[in-house]
Amino acid sequence: MIELRDVHKAFGANKVLRGVNLTIPKGESMVIIGGSGTGKSVLLKSILGLVHPDQGKILIDGHDAAKAEREAFLARFGMLFQGAALFDSLPVWHNVAFRLLRGKSRLARDEARDIAIEKLRRVGLKPQVADLFPAELSGGMQKRVGLARAIAADPEIIFFDEPTTGLDPIMSGVINDLIREIVVEMGATAMTITHDMSSVRAIADDVAMLHDGVIQWVGRVQDMDNSGDPYLNQFIHGRADGPIEAVR
Amino acid sequence: MLLTPVATIGRSTLAMLSGIGRIGLFFLATLAAMLRPPFYLREFGHALLTIGYNSLPVVGLTALFTGGALALQIFAGGSRFNAEEVVPSIVAIGMARELGPVLGGLMVAARVASSIAAEIGTMKVTEQIDALVTLSTDPMKYLTVPRVLAATLSVPLLVAVGDSIGIFGGYIVGTGRLGFNPAAYLKNTTDFLEVWDVTSGLIKGAVFGFLVALVGCYFGMNSGRGAQGVGRATKSAVVTASVLILAANYLLTELFFTA
Repeated sequence: MIELRDVHKAFGANKVLRGVNLTIPKGESMVIIGGSGTGKSVLLKSILGLVHPDQGKILIDGHDAAKAEREAFLARFGMLFQGAALFDSLPVWHNVAFRLLRGKSRLARDEARDIAIEKLRRVGLKPQVADLFPAELSGGMQKRVGLARAIAADPEIIFFDEPTTGLDPIMSGVINDLIREIVVEMGATAMTITHDMSSVRAIADDVAMLHDGVIQWVGRVQDMDNSGDPYLNQFIHGRADGPIEAVR
Repeated sequence: MLLTPVATIGRSTLAMLSGIGRIGLFFLATLAAMLRPPFYLREFGHALLTIGYNSLPVVGLTALFTGGALALQIFAGGSRFNAEEVVPSIVAIGMARELGPVLGGLMVAARVASSIAAEIGTMKVTEQIDALVTLSTDPMKYLTVPRVLAATLSVPLLVAVGDSIGIFGGYIVGTGRLGFNPAAYLKNTTDFLEVWDVTSGLIKGAVFGFLVALVGCYFGMNSGRGAQGVGRATKSAVVTASVLILAANYLLTELFFTA
């Protein structure tokens, strides 16, 4: 279970998070929605310790994330980055097996490669892709490789940062379905940030809307359309008029 | 209104001092990361190849032409007071003590500091650095330490090769163009060149290599967003590394030859 308690973060005068409170139950898939620049990525990076909150607590299974031993803490996570963030200088299989090749539970190269190829197969890529370099892949294939890397070490918690950005609607659907299948199959706790509403409906058990530095609404995905919350309604229907100011 | 120029100077000074402080902290963090495992030997080997071996052509060509030009200059200058015979020894001492390490260091700064800053800067803006962290890998150990160590070890070797090629450049010009006897040229070179002339240049090379890689990594890790941010980081890395090499060269020369 992930708990965020009164998390604040500012960059200079720009107060991005102004007291975020949110609980993600174990094994649930939470999708955070919100406009561009509302701090969704900062929130996600705060949990991972890539950004240090100014105030507040982040608890993972009741333990303070800030006090955890870093390697053991990060070993529980997998993450799919917005642009996949694959390492250009390494072949695909090495990208996928990166975590498996280092740390206390390091595997032999052959064993790690076999697992990488199996994970690539799980995300719909053929073994021949394993020896290509990331620059030789299409955007959709890179996302799949990023997904394979995120699940390579069978993490308990998986984060997805804008998983469908830059993909066509069909490929977005494929990635959304893959994420849902994998999260259910692994029983992992998932947190996705997106503004793609088709992703929300495909991936989420729960939805939280981040606006103005706080969680504006949180609830089950099936309750989203009848929430009665004007902010959420404006966002999910993509209306220019409403309480959220749209810059024209 | 009158205070505006003073305020500008003050702001620039503060920015420069805070920049020096940040590089100083980065230097300490690099030293700390060097001493603690894990050590990434594969990345170190790759860095040795790209920083050292791949810089050989540019350092060699620079040294060859510099050695040749140096022979011509010393001959022209020496002929004013009938001291043409000093050409071989001055070429050798000049290359080993100063021109080999400084020009080699500057060429490596242009080639390596820029490529390190651009590569790491691009990794930063494409979130590859964040990805490393989430994969339980310290970017300082994985990216900075192998590059800094590889440059510190390989630049003295490049300097040694550059010294030899530079002296050879002087030999070609001396014997082919200025009429020196080949055997006498070589004897003059070896008779006057001391071990310390060479080792002081190699020590300079190690310091310059360390500075080049450290500065490249620092500006890459602190790159701004987008293509402009990476471009600015690359430019700053080359300029800073070059200035630091020249400043360090003066300090080391003071230390080695006037103490």
